[in-house]
Amino acid sequence: MKLDPKSARSLEFFTAQMVRISRPGMIGLAVMLLVVFGGIYALAVQVIDGHIVTGMRDNVVWGIYIANFIFFIGISYAGALISGILHLLRVPWRAPIIRIAEMITVISTMIGPSYILLCMGRLDRLHHLALYGRIQSPILWDVLAISTYLTGSIIFLYLASIRDLAALRTYPFKSKWRIWLYKFLSVDFNGNAAQNQYLDRALTIMSAIIIPLAILVHSVLAWIFGMTLRPGWHSTIFAPYFVIAAVFSGTGVLIIAMWVFRKVYHLESYITKIHFNYLGIILMILGALYAYFTFSEYLTSWYGSETWEMEVLYKLFDTNEYWWWFFFAAILGVVLPIAVILFPRFRTINSITAVSVIAVLALWVKRYLIIIPTLETPLLPLQDMRPEYIHYKVTPVEWMLTFAGIAMFCLLFFLFSKFLPIVNVVKVTEDRSYGALRQIVADRIIKREVKAFKLKERQKFAH
Amino acid sequence: MEEQKNDQSRRAFFSKTVPAAIGMLGVSGLLAEACKAPEEEEEKVSLLAPDGKLVQVSKSSISPQPVSPQEAREGIPGKKFVMVIDLARCKNARQCVAQCQKMHNQPAEDEWIKVFLMQDSEDTAPYWFPKPCFHCNQPPCVKVCPVGATYKRTDGIVLVDTDRCIGCKFCMTACPYSSRVFQWKEAPKSAESCSQPYSPETSVPSRVGTVGKCDFCPDMARQGKLPGCVTGCPNGVIFFGDKNEDIVSNGSESFRFSELVHDRAGYHFMAELGTEPNVYYLPPVDRLFDYEKGFNDLSDEQVEFYKNSVVKKH
Repeated sequence: MKLDPKSARSLEFFTAQMVRISRPGMIGLAVMLLVVFGGIYALAVQVIDGHIVTGMRDNVVWGIYIANFIFFIGISYAGALISGILHLLRVPWRAPIIRIAEMITVISTMIGPSYILLCMGRLDRLHHLALYGRIQSPILWDVLAISTYLTGSIIFLYLASIRDLAALRTYPFKSKWRIWLYKFLSVDFNGNAAQNQYLDRALTIMSAIIIPLAILVHSVLAWIFGMTLRPGWHSTIFAPYFVIAAVFSGTGVLIIAMWVFRKVYHLESYITKIHFNYLGIILMILGALYAYFTFSEYLTSWYGSETWEMEVLYKLFDTNEYWWWFFFAAILGVVLPIAVILFPRFRTINSITAVSVIAVLALWVKRYLIIIPTLETPLLPLQDMRPEYIHYKVTPVEWMLTFAGIAMFCLLFFLFSKFLPIVNVVKVTEDRSYGALRQIVADRIIKREVKAFKLKERQKFAH
Repeated sequence: MEEQKNDQSRRAFFSKTVPAAIGMLGVSGLLAEACKAPEEEEEKVSLLAPDGKLVQVSKSSISPQPVSPQEAREGIPGKKFVMVIDLARCKNARQCVAQCQKMHNQPAEDEWIKVFLMQDSEDTAPYWFPKPCFHCNQPPCVKVCPVGATYKRTDGIVLVDTDRCIGCKFCMTACPYSSRVFQWKEAPKSAESCSQPYSPETSVPSRVGTVGKCDFCPDMARQGKLPGCVTGCPNGVIFFGDKNEDIVSNGSESFRFSELVHDRAGYHFMAELGTEPNVYYLPPVDRLFDYEKGFNDLSDEQVEFYKNSVVKKH
């Protein structure tokens, strides 16, 4: 594929960073590897000694692993819904951020299900799912949905990367394997009109497929809980509630990743305040929706005040039990992002990122609060003299594996960014200079909006 | 027609089970030994035949052999097992728990039958509540199992095949009655349990990383014997039997099942969940014991714990 000088220059900018690891990058890499190895050690302990090394017992049979599972599948929504919808709606400012979003999707969809495996008592019998699988079980729905979703996300990321892969093929890398790999993966793409048309069509179809798939994945996940006869789980709104919570946390992680890569790779000219502003507004709207679902869920169970529902609610509102976590997860983690993003004067790149961090942490805690208090509230009285059977406590092994998952996420992201430019280079440069009429119009819209935005800011300060 | 059929099957039941039961009494003591050295020469055992004569048979031919996996999945033909628990008789002697654990080689902390202290409201008296698996006709655990490791049989029993179980614990969250127990660690193996071939009907030996629960002792039913919890109970609280034959027994007394649950207002625990249990409770009226009798063998700490856990105070 022939690149114009402008594209070549920006490609140069990225490839220079791809082949080199800075000193802070090295330290980060070492830390991540250390945590991952810690996780491998913890896994070995769990396999050898059995699940007794976890905090899970007969009442709380699912613990932090399942919370992590929901969390990772949740953040995978960044790529699936955000980039899918932005692509379908032809949102003009999407180009510099969709690669990050799609990478989040693929990586977190790989890490999330591994927590299910950690929670399984007999990992050696995983093949029983294929041998004896029962389609009546929501677990099988989950297996089918997630594997389809992961495949779809990988295809989506790959299709959206072909132009860059073709461009990288022409770049004189020192290492032979890189050239060979780019050559192999770019499947002779040369950027002629017919190929471009096919690729665009394929991308549109994939983004249309990935959206319902993503919704399905989280709905099925919610149904694993919703289908049981348990207080706090047996709720009809669980599926949409999970979907909204997932997009909310996915958008948060996308903003954080944008902030990190902008700093690390000096992408200030690609990822701008506009991106943070727009995504911030999306985050705010999703936060409001999430708050609405939370309110609706707890209001109905409180007003109806069925015995079992009330028991779970009392635990959530008891300052000796979960109140402060609940306050953080359901109130602070939503109110703060909304309050900061609602007023333009508070909107800065750093403030939007900070509230995103809070939102993401809050959503992790929320997943914990969905699993644990309900399991600590069986329908029969908890008459067990063993305290560990009454209250779940996360053990070091579980923490180590949790952090190992997060480290693995960062590590894979880091490696991906060394293999593919973190920004869709060809698309961005096309958009900027040689794009079709549509993009020129889109650019104008952006410019007009930026102007209006600046004007407003100026007027505000004038007052 | 129906009655005639029932009558026939009852006769068949007794003609088959009585001699076996008598034989088993003598053999059960030798079982442990047999496990240690199964290759030893054939020992002869005296048995009382149905015609009243004593016969000599080789021991191996009467020691209980687990049924085939296929049979363990299908169930005992023509049976529909039920349990009736008379709450008026329970004083938390905990012998049902002990006998069950002994029978299934369970460690002391794993209880397949649990005894709860229940109190329905602050104004009513507490009562002891033994709770096995309910072997529901609409079992939520069977519904959710991804690999069919837990299954419902034709005789109403819900079993777990720990050869197949993948340990996802979904059944444990699905069961509203906390009936299921997970093997969190490798249980210390006794000579008896390791020499016995595994069958879902005996649930022995247990396996780490899988789910276990009360199995209604189908291996005992095949020998015409009552489950461990029934024979273990000193107060005859628990009745076990066949709904098709319309008979339940606690070992010393037998009742027509339909009459018992009809006359004594038998009920299902949390029937509103729609699980249709096969365990019926008789309400704790005209009790034989004061509930505080159940505290006799417990430490002060345990008593305090029990008292605090009944009737939620908010």
